[in-house]
Amino acid sequence: MMADTTLFELVSPEKLVMSKSVSMVVVPGAEGFFGVLPRHTSMLSTLAPGVIDVYEGDKITDSLFVVNGFAEVTEERCTVLAEEVILVDDIDTDKYEKQIEALKDQASRSEGDSAEKIRKNIEEQEHILAAMIKAKNT
Amino acid sequence: MPNLKDLKVRINSVQSTQKITSAMKMVAAAKLRRAQEQAEEARPYSQRMDRMIAALAGKMTNVGGPALLAGTGSEVKFLLVVMTADRGLCGGFNSSIVRATRKRIAELQENGKSVKLLCVGKKGADQLRRDASDLITDALEGVAKGAIEFAAASDIGARLIQMFEAGEFDVCSLIYNKFQSAMTQIVTEQQIIPASVPEEADATPSLGAYEYEPDEEQILAELLPRNVSTQVFSALLENTASEHGARMTAMDSATRNAGDMIDKLTLTYNRTRQAFITKELIEIISGAEAL
Repeated sequence: MMADTTLFELVSPEKLVMSKSVSMVVVPGAEGFFGVLPRHTSMLSTLAPGVIDVYEGDKITDSLFVVNGFAEVTEERCTVLAEEVILVDDIDTDKYEKQIEALKDQASRSEGDSAEKIRKNIEEQEHILAAMIKAKNT
Repeated sequence: MPNLKDLKVRINSVQSTQKITSAMKMVAAAKLRRAQEQAEEARPYSQRMDRMIAALAGKMTNVGGPALLAGTGSEVKFLLVVMTADRGLCGGFNSSIVRATRKRIAELQENGKSVKLLCVGKKGADQLRRDASDLITDALEGVAKGAIEFAAASDIGARLIQMFEAGEFDVCSLIYNKFQSAMTQIVTEQQIIPASVPEEADATPSLGAYEYEPDEEQILAELLPRNVSTQVFSALLENTASEHGARMTAMDSATRNAGDMIDKLTLTYNRTRQAFITKELIEIISGAEAL
């Protein structure tokens, strides 16, 4: 009988954060959350900032917040690459708020193209922050 | 005949130099271990990213794909990212990179290409400024201070992509020292734009095609810039490990040389001292005999 688990790997640029056999992972895809069960069809997806829930048996064993990620799913594994990985319990929204403040400050002092770029960056960061707050409160 | 006092001073100064070099060696060894660990831990990320790109690129080749993958169509303007250390005293580490860079510049210019440089690390920039200052677009410092953060690499990556989109270059390569062992570093040139597609040798049996969400092009559009940063990051890590390795080796031989020198000087010192005593004795004896 084939084991009813799939290999889940979570990798950040610094290190392999997690690698274990799980019964299901729920991943925040760019077009909505999707669950990965064993023998899922192969797919590649970009991720929205959000929480990955790892299920072993029927329980969630790990919840991790990821930013700027990709997921590669094949029948026997699910690999997530993420630039930032934070445990949901360790989310520090203050840091992001400060960053956004600093960016806004920067934006008010620059003009033209660079201001446009910074504004875009702020939007992105705010998006991440909103996702963080949501993750923290659930 | 050398003066005894001078010799003593000399021995003392070599001894304090030896103390410094052996301390530096120890520090480098500790940093090397950390850098090596960091480089090792970062490997899975780039491996998996390669795998994804290989899977995607395989599909895209017939369509052409985005410029980061397929290139701009011409190969005239080259950008070399030269990675060196911020500090010296690490043997031939910096100069071997600079030498390789100079050779590459000459080679490219001979073939009628234009070359620009982006220096990461102070030492390389200092050396290259002497004869190629007009080619240097910018020099970054302090990137490899302490632990290397991915953010630093992604800043460089973002910058490269910005330059690429502005049409400032067609091909971009990294020149850095690949870590082989503490004794040997290999100067490596690695092309990052357009992305060199890794051969899918260990072909994970592609069970049919992947499904893509949202679609291939959008994923590639996000993946490729990240890949640039990732490659810069792993090159930075390799380079730092090499730097500490090179410094350790250099300081080890410096310590040994200082030891040899101290031995030699001590020998001369003792000989001179004996000669002195003998001379004094002779003077006393001949003085006594003369009476």
